[in-house]
Parts: sequence; C-alpha cells; structure tokens
Amino acid sequence: MSSEPAADGDDGGGDAVGDATAGDVTAADAVSAGPDADPLIEVTDLTVSFGDVPVVSGVDLRVDRGELVGLVGPNGAGKTTVIRAIKGTLAPDSGTVRLDGARAADLSAREAGRRVASVPQETSLAFDFRVRHVVEMGRTPHLGRFDGHGADDDRAVREAMDAAGVARFADRSIREVSGGERQRVLLARALAQGTPALLLDEPTASLDANHAVRTLELVRDLVDDGRGAIAAIHDLDAAARYCDRIVVLANGGVRAAGPPDEVLTAGALRTAFDAEAFVGRNPATGTPAVTAFDATGAAGEGDATAETARDADPRRLHVVGTGRGASRVVARLAAAGHDLSVGVVPEGDATAETARDADAALVAAPPFEPVTAKDREAAVALAEDADAAVAVGGAGGGGRDGDDRTDPDAAVLAAANRVVEVDTSVDDCTLLGAVRALDDGDQPGERNRARRRNRTR
Amino acid sequence: MSTWTRASVWSAGLAVVLVAVAVVSAAIGPVRIPPAEVVKAVLNAVIVPAGIEASSDGTGALMLPGVGFTYASPFAYPVDDVHAQIVVGVRLPRILMAALVGFALAAAGTVMQGFFRNPMADPSIIGVSSGAAVGAVAFIVFPAALSATVTLPLIGAVDLGLSHGAGVSLFAFAGALAAAFGVYAIATRHGRTPVATLLLAGVAVQTFLGAVISYLQLQAGESLRRVVAWLMGHLSGASWSEVAATAVVVPPLFVLLLVYARDLNVLLLGEEEARGLGIAVERTKRILLGASALITAAGVAFAGIIGFVGLIVPHILRLVVGPDHRVLLPTAALAGGSFLVAADTVARAGSTELPVGIVTAAVGAPFFVYLLSNREVHEL
Repeated sequence: MSSEPAADGDDGGGDAVGDATAGDVTAADAVSAGPDADPLIEVTDLTVSFGDVPVVSGVDLRVDRGELVGLVGPNGAGKTTVIRAIKGTLAPDSGTVRLDGARAADLSAREAGRRVASVPQETSLAFDFRVRHVVEMGRTPHLGRFDGHGADDDRAVREAMDAAGVARFADRSIREVSGGERQRVLLARALAQGTPALLLDEPTASLDANHAVRTLELVRDLVDDGRGAIAAIHDLDAAARYCDRIVVLANGGVRAAGPPDEVLTAGALRTAFDAEAFVGRNPATGTPAVTAFDATGAAGEGDATAETARDADPRRLHVVGTGRGASRVVARLAAAGHDLSVGVVPEGDATAETARDADAALVAAPPFEPVTAKDREAAVALAEDADAAVAVGGAGGGGRDGDDRTDPDAAVLAAANRVVEVDTSVDDCTLLGAVRALDDGDQPGERNRARRRNRTR
Repeated sequence: MSTWTRASVWSAGLAVVLVAVAVVSAAIGPVRIPPAEVVKAVLNAVIVPAGIEASSDGTGALMLPGVGFTYASPFAYPVDDVHAQIVVGVRLPRILMAALVGFALAAAGTVMQGFFRNPMADPSIIGVSSGAAVGAVAFIVFPAALSATVTLPLIGAVDLGLSHGAGVSLFAFAGALAAAFGVYAIATRHGRTPVATLLLAGVAVQTFLGAVISYLQLQAGESLRRVVAWLMGHLSGASWSEVAATAVVVPPLFVLLLVYARDLNVLLLGEEEARGLGIAVERTKRILLGASALITAAGVAFAGIIGFVGLIVPHILRLVVGPDHRVLLPTAALAGGSFLVAADTVARAGSTELPVGIVTAAVGAPFFVYLLSNREVHEL
C-alpha cells in the first residue's frame, strides 16, 4: 500500500514543480516533494473565535495518507469551523494548519486548491449550470488563466462523475437535481480536483441509505489508494464503520481521539453529546453501533428534567432475564450510567451479547444444560452485591414458591436486596422511573429478604 | 462542442448581427440611403498604411519627424458625396458610439449579475451611473466654474480648455469612478468586501447622489433642459474623437473581464467554495469590480444614463446561451451593442428625436415584465 500513496504524492509534487518553473511557488513546496514525510493535514493548537466568542480552542488534528479521520461531535461543537479553518476560508486566531507540510496561510488559493478539496454541506448556485459544468469547475486550480480543458482534465472529470455516480444526469441543471444528487455532484467536483486530501462536511447528510453507503465506500477506497480524508459526520455508526480514527469534538475542544473502538464509549459520548448512549456492536459489520437515548424523555413526565435524570445516582443493578427484552433493558440501564451485572443467561443469548458490550459483569452458562451450582452461586453473589435486581418479563416467576433449585433466577432474585419487575416491552420512562424510585425506598445495602416486589408495568 | 468553440460560434453570429444592424441603421434617417451604398461609403473611408515613402500618392499623409507614413484607400466605389458625408461623418460615429456603449453596459451588467449572484443587478448597482450623473450635471450647471481650471494631483491647476461636450464626459467619467470607489471603500473592512454589504452601500450611495442630482437640477435654471436630456441618455452629436476615446477604453477592459470569465463562474458557487477551488477571491472581486466600474463609466460618460441595456440583455442571453460566462459575456456584450444601435435608430428615426434612454426603457420594461411572467425567469 505504501507505493501507491507515494505515487499519488508525486502527482501533487509534480504539479508543484511545474509551478516552480512558472515562478509562483513558495519554498515550502520543495519540502513537500519529499515522499510521505509530512501528514496531508496537520492542525496544531487551532483556536478560532467569532468576535469574542471562542468556537474552538486548542484543537490538534492530523491526517496521514491512507487515513480516514471522522470528526464527530454535537451540533455547534465546531466541526464545520475546524473544516473551514483547514480549507483556509477562516483565519484562525492562533495555531497553524499545515497542508502537506506547508503552512496553509502561506499558500496561494491555487496551491491550497491542489492540496485539499472539500465537499460542502450545500451549495448555492444562483444560475442553472449543468451538472457536468459544476464538476468541471473542480479543475480550476489546475488550469492556467488561458488554458482550456485538456485531455487530463476531461479524464479527471469523467472519472469523477463515474465514481460519484452522477454521469447519468450530467447534462441536467444543478438546480433541477435532488438534494442527494446535488451532494454527489459536489463530491464529484471534489474528486475532479484530484487532491491528495479531502475534506467532507456531512457528506451523507442528505443521502439515502444506499447512496450514503456508496459514498463512504468510495471515500474509503480513495483513502485506501493513498489519499487522506477528514469527514465531519453525524452518523456515529457510519463513522465507526468507515473511519480509521475518530476525533470527538465538543465544547470547542477535542474530547477524545483514537480508533473507533476506543473512542466510541458510552462514557465519552455522554460527556461529548450530553446524551445517554449505549454502544453495542453492529451485528452485520461488527463495528461499534451507537444508540442514543433521550435523557429528557427518560426523566419522565412532570417537573423532572434532563439534569435530574442524569444526576440520579448511578446504581449497582443486577438484571435477570433473557432474550431481546432483557437485552434492551441492559442497554438502556447501561446508557443511563448504571453499573450492571447480568445472569445467569445462556451463552449466545442476546442479553449476554449486550452485557458484554455494556461491560457488565456477566454470568453466562452453556445453553440447553442445567445451570451449575457454581454459576448460580456466582450470580447470587452479584445480586447480593447489587442495590437491587431487575427481573425482566417474569424472570424467576417459576420459583415463586421459593424452589430456588429448579429456577436459578428465583434464587438470584431471592438474594437481591430489592427487586424491580418489568415487562419485556417496558418503555424507557417506566424502567428508569422504577429504578429511580428505589431512592425513595429503604437504604441501599439493607438486606430485604421479604422480596418486596414493586409490580411495575 | 467545447466551451470556447461555442463562445466563438455564438460571438461570430452575433457580430454578424451587429454589423447588419449597423448597416441598416446607417441607411435609416431623414435621408434614405440604400444599404449597399452605405457599405460602399464605409469601405471607401477605410484607409490602410501603404508604406513609409515620403511620396503622397495616397490620401491623408501623416508626417512624423524623419519618417513619412502614407495611407492608401484600397476601395474606391462610386458613391454620392453627400451620402458618403452623411454616412461616414454623421451616422457612423453615432452608430459606433451606440455599439460601444451598449457593448460596455451589457458586459458590465453580465459581470455585475454574476458578481452579486443576483439577476436583478445591473451596472449602476455600485453607484457608477449616479456618480456619472452628478459629475455631468454639475458640469452642465456650473460650466464656467468647472471648466476654467481643473486641479490635477501632482500637476496643480491646469487650464484644460475643455469643450463643453468633453467637459461633461470627463466629469461624468470622474464622478462614476469616484462613486464606485466610494461604495467599495464603504463596503470594505480588513481587506474583505462582502457582496451583501457592497450591495447595500451601493443603494445608500445611489440614494445620496440622487439627492445631490435633484438639488443640482433645482439650481440648473437655463440649463435644466440639457440636464434632463443628459439624464435620459442620448447618443446625438457623437463625434469621431469621442468614439475613439471610448474605443480605447472599452475593448481592453472587456478582454480583461473575459479573461476572468471562468473565475466568475466559480464565484457563483459562493466565495468559500471559490476559495477552495483555488480562486483568490478578494483579488478577483477587486479586478471584476474595477473593470466593470471603468467600462460602465466609459459607457455612461458620453451617453448619459441609459437604463435596461445592462439589465435585460444579459438576462435574455442567459436564457439563450446558458449561464457560463465564457459564452455569456461576449454574446451579451455583442447583443447589447446591437440592441442599443437598434434602439438609437428608433430614437432618431421619428420626426422629433427622442433620448435613447426613453426608447430602451420603453422597450425594455415591458419585455422585462414579460420575462418575469415567464416561469423560468420567475424562479431565478
């Protein structure tokens, strides 16, 4: 893979050398001619303010060849601001942006346009240019003032239109095509620009599922061929699936950066997005899959606010139950920040998978076999240790007579201080409300052998 | 077909139209002259350098120290002398002036509509026409005060000995540029000129200059009639020297604008995107603004305020050839020339001569209303 990026880098360098003979190039280009020495994009200690309001501060960012970096964060976190600073359309208050080794501030617009191409969120064209024409505009930084489009330009335009899937409507007006098609036209324009680095600002925001995947696959392919890209992206699952690294931006600073597995954790997301999230696994791709919950809704009706929902003390809870119902309860309680344990569940059950994703203590037993005394005791110990047990969908009901030996769940619930029973179809509000109601009850830790059941629907 | 081929084909076609309109126009007037005779008269007037001998077998020998150029007329068709005099001495300069002014206004209008990304923009939007009007009206109202001495920077007070017409044109030209620069200076902060601010500054300056013009009209007294005639736009009395002065200014500026046609296309995407595509946005905007202001000033300096040419001609051509400025700019300019020659022919063909501005507005406004009722334009 290293040879291809080098070839791509040479392309960019070749252009720069051509410029040097024309006599309008900075000394920095000589540096960038070195093979793969510099990251394609390097942002150091970037601070941008609008008036007195700081938008981003102290942002560091780096994109190497062959790397797709996802920029995630809540609305208003400064993602677009960072991208604009890299593009050079925004002058930073402090910090530097380097493109392929050269300070962006020292580059002419033309030189910058050969190093980095961007796909904006939207475009506004006052007159109805044809799609083909808009893509051709991507060649602008490669054309001299009096040059027409040469064979290279025509080929780059054709390939870009094919790659982005816009060739079919190349002769339609840019104002007649749909929003999703227009976004692909902008992608084609950026591809026609033929730069080693790409900036994408919400490249899939207005695309349908099929085209969103195709777009990201395309970007992924380009990156695998040695380009580098940075994409501001709202879809965390897609970010996890396609990006090599993810940078979480929140409140104007980088909150976390690293591979998706390390960065996309419930804790990091809670801090960054102010939302309750459960990070599981996408069963189809095996990459992190983020499910966000509405913290406000979880707070329930009435005067409760998002603050009170989040500020409710995290509890140590033991969940008993199997199947999708219990799996969902585990995910929701984990997202709400509770410390969970689960068991006994059969190995391979959805609940077991979810418990692993939630980093919950888990007692899993081989399926279709009687639960061993060892597993049961382990689960009982976890339940005893918990503030309360949550029984999902009538779990432990078989042991209502107190026959702990025939139903291990009953034994586990019997060991719990308190038990909250919920249906498999319980809604978030009721579930979290029931857990919060434990505050009003006895002191945690006081053993309550009476198995006071809070029947909750 | 490549863009430049399209531009060339369209331009060649419209250039033929312009020549045809000019020939027909030269044939029309109090004295009717057959178009064929018009062509012959014009060809007879053509002179080419014949050599550097000191002999004078050609016409119009021009003596330079040490070197004698001779000019020869390659054509010698038999043409009625009076007709030749009417065509070459009276009608042709006026027609060429109309073509140049229409060309300049349509080119500037095309650029302004692209620059402001607003199809309602026209050359006067940055205050050029108002500035020209103030300069011209001031000179018409106070000719004695302004023509005796003009204080030039560095040189000091110089008696220019201006003729009345030249004085009006000079002051109109200077006023146009001063107004455009004022609008630009008002709208520019820290080296950036936001288009929206420029538009508003243009409106503000135009309003203010409108008040100045009204006040000058109150003071005009005897000269009010000439003031009104200038403000309505006119092409009568164009002389060859005025045509030459305009011809020196307009074509080079047009070429400059044409060179930036592709940048103008990219600017239509928005300034941020244009920057990302390698356009030095602020510098390009300055060049486009400066060249548009100069070319408009050259147009209005002689002819006064002629409305609608710079507004509707680019509009119509955009519907015909599309929005690509590499094609639109030359075609709109040529069509603007044809339009103004035709309008001026109508203006002078009747029993009483009308200011051409009345004709362009009277023809242009209804046509514009028609365009607005047309769905495609309505959505612009």
